[in-house]
Amino acid sequence: MAKITYVEHDGTEHTIEVKNGMSVMEGAIKNNVPGIVADCGGACACATCHVYVDAAWEGKTGEKSAMEESMLDFAENVEDSSRLSCQIKVSDALDGLVVRMPESQH
Amino acid sequence: MAEVQAPDLNSRVVIVGAGHAGGSAAAFLRQYGHTGPIVLVGDEPLAPYQRPPLSKAWLKGEADAESLSLKPAEWYEENDCRLILGASGTALNRGARQVTLSNGATLDYDYLVIASGARARMLPIPGAGLAGVMALRTAADAETLKAALGPGKRLAIVGGGYVGLEVAASARALGAEVVILEREPRVLARVACEALSRFFTDYHEARGVTFELSAGVEAFEGANGKVTGVKLSDGRVLPCDAVIVGIGAIPNDEMAKAAGLECVNGVVVDVEARTADPAIFAIGDVTHRPLPTYGRMFRLESVPNALEQAKQVACALVGRPGPHPEVPWFWSDQYDLKLQIAGISFDADRVLLRGDPATAKFAVFHLQGDLVRAVEAVNAPPEFMMGRKLIEHRTPVNVDKLADPTISMKEVAA
Ligand SMILES: Cc1cc2nc3c(=O)[nH]c(=O)nc-3n(C[C@H](O)[C@H](O)[C@H](O)COP(=O)(O)OP(=O)(O)OC[C@H]3O[C@@H](n4cnc5c(N)ncnc54)[C@H](O)[C@@H]3O)c2cc1C
Ligand code: FES
Repeated sequence: MAKITYVEHDGTEHTIEVKNGMSVMEGAIKNNVPGIVADCGGACACATCHVYVDAAWEGKTGEKSAMEESMLDFAENVEDSSRLSCQIKVSDALDGLVVRMPESQH
Repeated sequence: MAEVQAPDLNSRVVIVGAGHAGGSAAAFLRQYGHTGPIVLVGDEPLAPYQRPPLSKAWLKGEADAESLSLKPAEWYEENDCRLILGASGTALNRGARQVTLSNGATLDYDYLVIASGARARMLPIPGAGLAGVMALRTAADAETLKAALGPGKRLAIVGGGYVGLEVAASARALGAEVVILEREPRVLARVACEALSRFFTDYHEARGVTFELSAGVEAFEGANGKVTGVKLSDGRVLPCDAVIVGIGAIPNDEMAKAAGLECVNGVVVDVEARTADPAIFAIGDVTHRPLPTYGRMFRLESVPNALEQAKQVACALVGRPGPHPEVPWFWSDQYDLKLQIAGISFDADRVLLRGDPATAKFAVFHLQGDLVRAVEAVNAPPEFMMGRKLIEHRTPVNVDKLADPTISMKEVAA
């Protein structure tokens, strides 16, 4: 279980307990948090689950796969801290994680 | 086009069909601040769930029921969304704004959303009713299929479309023997170009799948009520323990049709997902919808389409501007392949191959002059992502650059 804070682009925060094994994307979708769309349901095929991970967490969220890198390379509003939230698996180590959302997912 | 009168956030919304589109519409309505009652009626016993994993991760045992569901069970109660499951909408009284359900109940609505999806087309041939002959549309179908798979089991798949090919890949992963029977001379004949068909056929063959192309399926043979083989028009009988029929889907538009709503291979809607009756919307696989990018009406069967229209109806009902129109897109996972398709090859006059299929990393572009109309990308996210943008913005491309995979997709615009 990890408490994750999802911050919408306008600053609205949603703090949610997400079960281990779920992805950060699923934590948002299952709780109807706006701002993460997840067209492909986690198949790493759409890049509509884009988030910015706070720098302090970068080591703990795991490495990006080549597929994720490649999808992000062509997504909108990408920064160094960009991740596809469906590719981050939740574990106790992510308790307190903060992710921010881009202005738009399309 | 009908305009929403001053939006009434307290209006009563009834959604018929509790699938991906219907469930998402309910969620977006709440997300966008709709406060009125929402009733979601579904004829399956389950709350809304995702179908794509049924032929992929779920079939291989890599996803559980919880991960399939759109929202956790308690979400509906917490969000004042009444779920009526195991009942179908049977009749519509538009004058009285009332839907009748199969359990005899009637529901009054201010707005009705038809989200009844599509059902698998079956083969009207002898033996179609034998146990072991099935389609894959629902979680219940997927349970039955999974139970029939395993090492040494023989699966015959009638129809070489995406779902058929995905099931073949998953069944091979579970150790089953697989034969795909396709009426056309190539798989994916209706939905993909020849280069892609050939690539997928080779890839599956190399992983033990057998193909019978240009095959006439005449009957299913059985013993004791259970399927034992598929009889072909050339007289051969291919023995099998189970059959998946994957030959397309038919929109569940009967209730709308009976109520006098226009249907053309699906319920006709506008860009807000509204029918000609301003109180009735339709979304998802059941709709015949405008595709602004192509200036055409079409019926799509995809999750992105279901989500886009779910947003359209939610926006229309709460009085928000509608979502930005999307280029239709789709994905498919088979073995270690990720196929991503954007656009539809309407009006394309040329097919361009970028990359070498032998490397299992390439893309096929469908061009109309120097405009990209569609792209099919295998393990090639840049081609898919950039292709989608080029289609959306109608950006002309430099065709020579596009054909050269050493030139980045960021540099192909003319
Ligand atoms: C095996 C499989 C794999 C797929 N893979 C992909 C993929 O990789 N990518 C992708 O984009 N799409 C994929 N799809 C397609 C995608 O799942 C559909 O496009 C999507 O589910 C459409 O949503 P919908 O709500 O319109 O229809 P559905 O999800 O089918 O929901 C409609 C619901 O309404 C119910 N219903 C019908 N009539 C009535 C009635 N009169 N009253 C009450 N309820 C009724 C149905 O039983 C069903 O539960 C796949 C589909 C299948 C079956
Ligand atoms: S949900 Fe589609 S890429 Fe993450």
